[in-house]
Amino acid sequence: MKLSLWRRYSFPASHRLFRAEWSAEQNERIFGKCANPYSHGHNYALEVAVTGKVDPATGMIANLADLDGFVQQKVLDAFDHAYMNEQIPEFRECVPTTENVCRVIFQRLADFPSARIEGVRIEETGKNSFEYAAPSNP
Amino acid sequence: MIRVTRKLEFSAAHFYHNPNLSAEENRRVFGKCNNPHGHGHNYVLEVTVAGEPDPKTGMVLDLKELKEILDREVTQRMDHRHLNYEVPELAGKIPTCEEIAVALWRILEPKIHQGRLDRIRLYESPDLFVDCTADGMKGAR
Repeated sequence: MKLSLWRRYSFPASHRLFRAEWSAEQNERIFGKCANPYSHGHNYALEVAVTGKVDPATGMIANLADLDGFVQQKVLDAFDHAYMNEQIPEFRECVPTTENVCRVIFQRLADFPSARIEGVRIEETGKNSFEYAAPSNP
Repeated sequence: MIRVTRKLEFSAAHFYHNPNLSAEENRRVFGKCNNPHGHGHNYVLEVTVAGEPDPKTGMVLDLKELKEILDREVTQRMDHRHLNYEVPELAGKIPTCEEIAVALWRILEPKIHQGRLDRIRLYESPDLFVDCTADGMKGAR
């Protein structure tokens, strides 16, 4: 049996999907409305999964206060109400699609000291969701 | 393989307290959940059974039978109960979402005879939930 604890957070943020080296037409063709130069935003829902042994003294895989504090410091402080293209350094290198947001957030959380971060799942809207899973143990 | 999921809700009270820790330590580790008067949640449980549909019935398992199992094993055991005092499977444990999910897995797994228990997901609230799955490493503790 394997046990995972999921915690759900939310943050509103904005983004624009485009590549500077592409023409306006090409950006429009690939990214559609998401290429709008004025950007647009979503209420992102972020779910974080941790896995590990349950500590019999606490009944917990990880103390929620520790997890909440870590996610706040590593992710929410930066992403909440941010324009991700400009204000999240990782997106100077890649397009802030929710696939990439999942990967970036996972990488920011990967060194959580109390338990193994197993994956993250993000709902960009009620209709679109994305999951990033940690590579399996060797 | 097909996965079939049935959902149910139960309401229960709990609090967190480890008698081996000082009062101060209990407050530090468990915060508001240490309130000895307890508090409650509307738990939502999703039970997923995996298997191949029977060619005659088209079913992995009889959902009516699963509903009866869940009524008997989960609702009657936990609904409108105090998890610290009234559920023998949680005796001596801190009734966190993790421990309740493990206890439910151990209760339900041997009761499913058509298909096999694949996952249980227990929501303490929409923002906090635990998955117990059959895959992966053995022994979560």
